[in-house]
Amino acid sequence: MKEYKTITRIAGPLIFVEKTEPVGYSELVNIALPSGEVKSGQVLDTSSDIVVAQVFEGTSGMGLGARVKFLGETIKLPVSDELLGRILSGSGKPIDDGPEVVPEKLMDITGAAINPYARSSPSDFIQTGISTIDGMNTLVRGQKLPIFSGSGLPHNEIAMQIARQAKVRGSEEGFAIVFAAMGITSEEAQKFISEFEETGALKRTVVFLNLADDPAVERLITPRMALTAAEYFAFEKGMHVLVILTDLTNYCESLREIGAARSEIPGRRGYPGYMYTDLAMIYERAGMIKGKKGSITQLPILTMPADDITHPIPDLTGYITEGQIVLSKELHSRNIYPPIDVLPSLSRLMNLGIGPRKTRDDHKQASDQLYAFYAEGKDLRGLVAIVGEESLSERERRILKFAADFEAKFVKQGKGEDREIEKTLDIGWSLLSEIPESELTRVSPEMRKKYYGKR
Amino acid sequence: MAKTGTIYRIAGPVVVAELEADMYDVCRVGDERLLGEVIQINGSRCIIQVYEDTTGIKPGEDVENTGQPLVVELGPGLLSSIYDGIQRPLSALRDLTGDFVKRGASAPALDRKRRWDFKASVKAGVVVKGGDAIGSVRESETILHKILVPPLVSGRIASISDGSFTVTDTVARLDSGTELKLMHNWPVRKPRPVKEKLLPKIPLITGQRIFDSLFPLAKGGVAAIPGPFGSGKTVTQQALAKWSDADIVVYVGCGERGNEMTEVLTEFPEITDPRTGKPLMQRTILIANTSNMPVAAREASVYTGVTLAEYYRDMGYSVALMADSTSRWAEAMREISSRLEEMPGEEGYPAYLSTKLSEFYERSGRVTTLAGNEASVSVIGAVSPPGGDFSEPVTQGTLRVIKTFWALDAKLAQRKHFPAINWLMSYSLYLDSLSQWYEENVAPDWMECIKRAMAVLQEEEKLMEIVQLVGSDALPEREQVTLQVARMFREFLLQQNAFHPVDTYSELKKTYRIMKTILRFADLAKAALDSGVRAQRITQVKSKDRVADVKFEKDYEAFLAGVNSDIEKEFAALK
Repeated sequence: MKEYKTITRIAGPLIFVEKTEPVGYSELVNIALPSGEVKSGQVLDTSSDIVVAQVFEGTSGMGLGARVKFLGETIKLPVSDELLGRILSGSGKPIDDGPEVVPEKLMDITGAAINPYARSSPSDFIQTGISTIDGMNTLVRGQKLPIFSGSGLPHNEIAMQIARQAKVRGSEEGFAIVFAAMGITSEEAQKFISEFEETGALKRTVVFLNLADDPAVERLITPRMALTAAEYFAFEKGMHVLVILTDLTNYCESLREIGAARSEIPGRRGYPGYMYTDLAMIYERAGMIKGKKGSITQLPILTMPADDITHPIPDLTGYITEGQIVLSKELHSRNIYPPIDVLPSLSRLMNLGIGPRKTRDDHKQASDQLYAFYAEGKDLRGLVAIVGEESLSERERRILKFAADFEAKFVKQGKGEDREIEKTLDIGWSLLSEIPESELTRVSPEMRKKYYGKR
Repeated sequence: MAKTGTIYRIAGPVVVAELEADMYDVCRVGDERLLGEVIQINGSRCIIQVYEDTTGIKPGEDVENTGQPLVVELGPGLLSSIYDGIQRPLSALRDLTGDFVKRGASAPALDRKRRWDFKASVKAGVVVKGGDAIGSVRESETILHKILVPPLVSGRIASISDGSFTVTDTVARLDSGTELKLMHNWPVRKPRPVKEKLLPKIPLITGQRIFDSLFPLAKGGVAAIPGPFGSGKTVTQQALAKWSDADIVVYVGCGERGNEMTEVLTEFPEITDPRTGKPLMQRTILIANTSNMPVAAREASVYTGVTLAEYYRDMGYSVALMADSTSRWAEAMREISSRLEEMPGEEGYPAYLSTKLSEFYERSGRVTTLAGNEASVSVIGAVSPPGGDFSEPVTQGTLRVIKTFWALDAKLAQRKHFPAINWLMSYSLYLDSLSQWYEENVAPDWMECIKRAMAVLQEEEKLMEIVQLVGSDALPEREQVTLQVARMFREFLLQQNAFHPVDTYSELKKTYRIMKTILRFADLAKAALDSGVRAQRITQVKSKDRVADVKFEKDYEAFLAGVNSDIEKEFAALK
């Protein structure tokens, strides 16, 4: 294999190499530094005259004298059963002092799109034990449901609680967990890992770690590595896999960094125009396939810059994922855990996973009614701030009280509290029963008869 | 004549090659012969957008120019199919490459082996021109597929025969020697010709109360549904695909979620068409190019969709095309434009964005076909404005061409008011041209009811501003009653549950009766107020809330009659 010493330009994480033999698009590159260190990278742009490659470990210490070798293949992850219980770097190398992983095979990390015709429709209710998710924004197996958080909010605790409690009722198998950290602090990473260790989950977990001080470019391959591992376990080993990706905001920052280094024309807020497609290549790798036993459920976490849900990162994410769980600073400051704001939250696949035989016959209607009253109650709070509670009608005062009770009894729960779905719905009905029956317009007469005032 | 050239540069989906070509020629790129299309010519170099992943392709590999534009295959077997953005059948691709879509695979859009029973409708000696039917095959239980002379062909029929044919067999021959087959090709970027465009005068009935009453869409019209994520755009599109009274539905999932397409795929074959009693799939064509499938194919998918729609229109059918979402299509254009390093317009979109949008929407319309039949293509495009901001270029470019605007509102969605269409921001410019149809076919006072309902809803908006400041108790009695009536319109008429077996489809008569009942309540309330009854007691009339339950009643006539007489009785007792 030929080596080239024809680097002509280095800019940020990019190197420009001239006078090469034809080099394939997306090919893997090795760069040997005079010091003996070897870095790896990937081709971003190739032509007969010049090849542009991004270097995953960063270009520090690299000069025009470095030797470049094009490997003629794309990035692959060695996969095998032995991955479970291991901690790997962001580019897939073991960092837990354990032995090398003996690969069963090598899998391309880009991953192909699942043929929509081959997908099977997700429909298994996952009970997370958290009322605001189970009752109001139900998660189903094969879904991708991100947590939209802000800085200083307990999104990691919630993710851990879900990872710990998630189960499909009536099925004994737990979830295998693939955890990918992108640019989070080592402290946060430690918390996750020790949590996995304490609960014994580590032996069915694969951890990919790209920490805050690891190269930013490596972040671009970390989620792809993780999802490749997930696809292996789900579609080749028939396991149900829960993938936790944190924090996608850091990932997008890296994407922007590369874009800027290549002097691309930026889209909104400087993020590249292809960010939608790029994120879709990550998020769409969730789901189930007809005739295969396993599934991939994704729980990506992202922090909204300045809590702005219209920022390109949460915005594009929301258009790809099947809903979102939104955390609220306001609830958090009132000491309500989990601070999940149900109003902007949504699960698009909820209707596929609830109802008779899955959860309970009243689930849909009860949650619609809770939503409606809570939304009205929140509006009334704004009104009370202006005119005072005295000028409200009796009905409005009831709704106002409902909103407060909803937050205190339904939303709020303990970090270790694992509520059964029946419990969640019963709490909902106990709140609804405080409102005169005739005002429950979202609930059908039969359901009112069956549940109103009985819980 | 096939010409060959060499690849010079590869950057993602954009490939530059030394090649002799015309604009929009389709090329086979590289040793893997990936499908691509010439989108720019620079001296001796062509820029090609490639519909598949270009990983591993090297400079120096060959490019072959087919000399043909991107075409779709038109013929029997389109219905019930699911294609990707460039009309590759996804079921055949699955057989070829497994559960994941791999590149380089190709399969003909129409099954080459399947035989169809062709019945000729013209005899030898007859002179035919482009667009004329020469016969038909039964494509599904409900749809008779007319075999058309391709638009640019004409002549005298020399021979024609009935029988069982595959799509590539010759069924007729013209004097000139031209062979007519069950299928023909048509370039996707070129609108199929029609004799004349007509004014839209017939509504597309959707079974969705808010659309059918306040904001109707005409057959052959164009509507846009913009909305932030989570406001129910896709659910609304799917409800329209399920229930609208078009003969054929083409549903383009452009850059959307894989699981959603699967939902459509599993649901549609199980839903029966309320008009024919046959599975909905028999009148549906699905085009699925999910967000992680190649971006260039996403750009092509809407053209593929509209060309198929025009083909069925040319047979004389009324066709509805749903594009979900045109923003993804625009973003695909932006992505490719930025790879071409073109000078960007607003928000990085190419400067030709609005031209492309209007060209696309203009392919809709109610027309007289070349054969002289009346037919239509209605287009319903979903728009996904970033951050719900309607001032962005795609929404604005769309607003300039569409006539019906269904504004989705995240606030309403949060309150689980579905369909979350904001009744103050939405509009339909077809309301007047359709009024005659409604008056003749539903009720003579239809338009009057609509106007009254709209007036109440608008007044509510004004009153709510006051309520925000002083509370509802401070309002005069009459206004308190207005708020009550407005609430009834919102909850009993506008809200509709797409997931309830009965409520999911509301026939026009039912929509009308519900409106009438609410208006009757309004009249009675006004009379009661005039005779000195307090507003408080009027809002406590219990039977009015039972109108809510009529939504879930199959036998709505009897139920509403009961509610109506109860309302009358309660009011009589008030005096």
